[in-house]
Amino acid sequence: MTLGPGTRTFLVFAALVVLGALVFPSSFFYRVGTLVWINTLAVTGMVVLLGYVGLVSLGHAGFFAIGAYATALLPQYGVPSGLAMLAGAAGAALLAALIGRPILKLSGYYLAIATLGLGMLIWMVLSKEAWLTGGPDGMTVTGFSARNLLKSVGITLKTAEAWYWLCGAVATLGAVLAVNLGQSSAGRAFRAIHDSDVAAASLGVDVARAKSAAFVISAVYAAVAGALLALANGYITPDAGGFMHSVELVTMAVLGGAASVYGALVGALILTALPQVLTVFAEYEHMVLGAIMVGTMIAMRRGLVPALAGLLARRRAARRAGRLARRVS
Amino acid sequence: MTSAKLGAGLSALALLAALPAAAEIRIGASLAVTGPAAFLGDPEAKTLEMLVEAVNAEGGVNGEPLKLVLYDDGGDPNKARTFATRLIEEDEVVAVIGGTSTGATMAMSPLFGEYEIPFISLAGAVVIIDPVQDYVFKTPHTDRMACEKIFADITGRGLTKVGMISGTGGFGKSMREQCLDVAEASGVEIVADETYGPNDADMTPQLTNIANTAGVEAVVNPGFGQGPAVVTRNFAQLGLELPFYQSHGVASDSFIELAGPAAEGVRLPATPLLIPGQLADDDPQKQPVTDYIAAYEAKYGDTPSTFGGYAYDAFNIVIAAIESAGADDPAAIRDAIEATSGYAGVTGVYSFSPEDHLGLDLTAFRMLEIRDGGWAPVE
Amino acid sequence: MAELLQFLVSGVTVGAIYAAVALGFTLIYNATGVVNFAQGEFVVIGGLTAAALIGAGVPPLIAAPLAVLAGLVVGLLLYRLAIRPAGQAPLVSLIIITIGASIFLRGAMQMVFDKQIHRYDGFSGEAPIGFLGATILPQSLWIIGGSLVVFAFLAWFMGHTRAGRGIRATASNRLAAALVGINTRAAMNLSFALSAAIGALAGVLATPVTFTSYDVGVLVALKGFSATMLGGVGSAQGALAGGLLIGLIEALTAGYVSSDYKDAAAFVVILAVLFLRPQGLFGARMTERV
Repeated sequence: MTLGPGTRTFLVFAALVVLGALVFPSSFFYRVGTLVWINTLAVTGMVVLLGYVGLVSLGHAGFFAIGAYATALLPQYGVPSGLAMLAGAAGAALLAALIGRPILKLSGYYLAIATLGLGMLIWMVLSKEAWLTGGPDGMTVTGFSARNLLKSVGITLKTAEAWYWLCGAVATLGAVLAVNLGQSSAGRAFRAIHDSDVAAASLGVDVARAKSAAFVISAVYAAVAGALLALANGYITPDAGGFMHSVELVTMAVLGGAASVYGALVGALILTALPQVLTVFAEYEHMVLGAIMVGTMIAMRRGLVPALAGLLARRRAARRAGRLARRVS
Repeated sequence: MTSAKLGAGLSALALLAALPAAAEIRIGASLAVTGPAAFLGDPEAKTLEMLVEAVNAEGGVNGEPLKLVLYDDGGDPNKARTFATRLIEEDEVVAVIGGTSTGATMAMSPLFGEYEIPFISLAGAVVIIDPVQDYVFKTPHTDRMACEKIFADITGRGLTKVGMISGTGGFGKSMREQCLDVAEASGVEIVADETYGPNDADMTPQLTNIANTAGVEAVVNPGFGQGPAVVTRNFAQLGLELPFYQSHGVASDSFIELAGPAAEGVRLPATPLLIPGQLADDDPQKQPVTDYIAAYEAKYGDTPSTFGGYAYDAFNIVIAAIESAGADDPAAIRDAIEATSGYAGVTGVYSFSPEDHLGLDLTAFRMLEIRDGGWAPVE
Repeated sequence: MAELLQFLVSGVTVGAIYAAVALGFTLIYNATGVVNFAQGEFVVIGGLTAAALIGAGVPPLIAAPLAVLAGLVVGLLLYRLAIRPAGQAPLVSLIIITIGASIFLRGAMQMVFDKQIHRYDGFSGEAPIGFLGATILPQSLWIIGGSLVVFAFLAWFMGHTRAGRGIRATASNRLAAALVGINTRAAMNLSFALSAAIGALAGVLATPVTFTSYDVGVLVALKGFSATMLGGVGSAQGALAGGLLIGLIEALTAGYVSSDYKDAAAFVVILAVLFLRPQGLFGARMTERV
């Protein structure tokens, strides 16, 4: 029996969500787990943009923040949190669609600076307009509790556990959708662009349109992840939209391997859990983190997941070759 | 990644997080030891480490050794919240000190009510303690009080028209809002309102605009870090002669070093920590101030800053509460903190109440002026 | 009038710093195709080393070259240990490597130096020079002069020396350059060393005005990167123009519009320019590695 890639992704992600819940000893682990799933969701958007199409964005934290702040602000005007989250995703999609066309004509480092500028502009508005957003000190997010949501369907859990399950479920859904997208005709168009704009165009792909679509999709992923973080933390600051957070999202994608959702998961897991582990290094924390980033990229320039998969495949091939050689001799 | 590997990774994480269950009293802290607010968080962390060492050298608290679990949140609210969860759940601390920045504090603070663990913040903004939350306290004066103190001094000089130039970081932004808010009640009018980024190199355009504003009589600069020192130098470069006020955010000797001769005549509200030699002998803060400075200089060879002072007071309030309430029940520690009355610290004399979780009034601020490269009280 | 002049003075001073950082970006990009996000750390290393030496009583005339040398050594190490082993890695991997290196260097500086803010007195005193109602610090003249000298040096070096032509040839086609006997490895070593030295020099000159501390490198790199891309990556004229332009936009926006949105104004201009000229102001159209 062979499973489709979408089903396989669902099973792997769902199993990992359940496994986490089985082994986590305390709310702290659920908290870190929740952050891992939220980051996985945001980075899955980067997989679509960077892994499938090959476009670099250094401004995606801006979309993340749009989702977060929509979810923080709209409930103050009587909008339910769920609707506010959708509005945030729609807002991010709209902005990405509007700005995407002109920006995505650029390539390489020019695209990087343009997306960086876009992210910085969003961050600046959030920091400066204190009457609305509370400024750099941030604002409280109220109006939604994962615990109550699950309670309403008859499941009673601690708050931290409820968030873990909710974010795990959304991340799983996001990963399955991304994998299915990759298998579709749009996904093939994306990969054709990844190899060469010109070749893709000669195959009849509307390059500008496809790039714009990938940009919008990845923006929606970031916005939903931002909304989840705002709700789970109950507090949000403009840092969520800052340059360093954009860099963090790209780093997670590249470190894990931007070509697949498994890379997104591994990258998110490592960079989220690592700071918790690195506290033992105290003063040396940043040096260790920097060295890990540099070392991984030198040794495994396509990321951890492809490198490990390649290693396994090679070993299997070697074993097969060995068996073959023995049989021949 | 296989599930076995994930499991192995998680158990490694669990091992790292696990702590020996010895009979020790654990106090937690999450501070911005690195990052843009490291300027504040670093002396706070050093102060806490120094105090814990001193307490243990004298036999601990109620005969039990004290352990400080300190995490560096880099000023990131998201990290701070994770560390707060870790302190409460994994490290099983009985009280938490920290939150160098207001953002980090606010992201953490709901947890303490939920888990019933007392928390003393070292951040400035008034929103931390207004409205009052049962388990959340703070030791620094609010930025609102700083504005009131500065404006009172300005009106005392017979001036009313004020130009403001504020940093756009959390500290400057929050204080700017508070100053705008209390200006009218304090009898001053804000006639110019400029800002600058925390790492800007030159603020002469903004200061030129303020100087060209009709009727401006005094200038106030809310902010911390290097910005205020650059503003002060630019102020002198442009040859401006107006009365110039800085905030408590730069109340340390390093400000005078960085701003150089340009700092002469600058006034700011500060704690008595800057003027140990000029305190009256019957001043209740004289003893803690001289003790703290002596201990800090002996250990680090450096003068302590106002921010370290906030940590000093928070620590001593927590320890006094544990001494009276025991270390077994965090809720009892909270009650003891709230019952703190007349505690003379380096920042001020604290008296908490169920309605007031800051416990300071305007008298805790001294208006100082920089004269001959040193601090002099203005009376 | 005096007002406008003051804004221009401020803009040119700040812009010259951005330009010096951008020139460092340009050199490395030209030789290796890498935009080095750790460039800001060279600036900080220069500033902090000079501050430490001058604080210890070393005369500025000796401290400054030593600080530049420190930057140069770190630049070489960065190339040897992080960039060269990565070989022909894709663009995003190189971005992550240089960002990782900058995080590492920041951690190291926090250990070697401290977390305090540092400055030292300007090389020609602190007394402001007044003209036509505006004032300028003597150190600002050092900064502006320094940027111009670096620019002139680069223009001469790249165009008129054997080593410079080697760097250019290496940039346009590494294999072809190697085939015609150019030592491409030496060219890349040289470009990293020089670029780091330029960054450290910018730090040494700017610190009396801007101050420095171990973690400002990110912001410095961000401004320098913006200036580089506005001018067009790989062009020395572009780096100079981009830096000055951003400085002037910031100062004039702060002066005439709103100081709150002066940084935003710079990014809006960058986006607008790239929409109209995707290769930046002075950049050549060329295909890039992705």
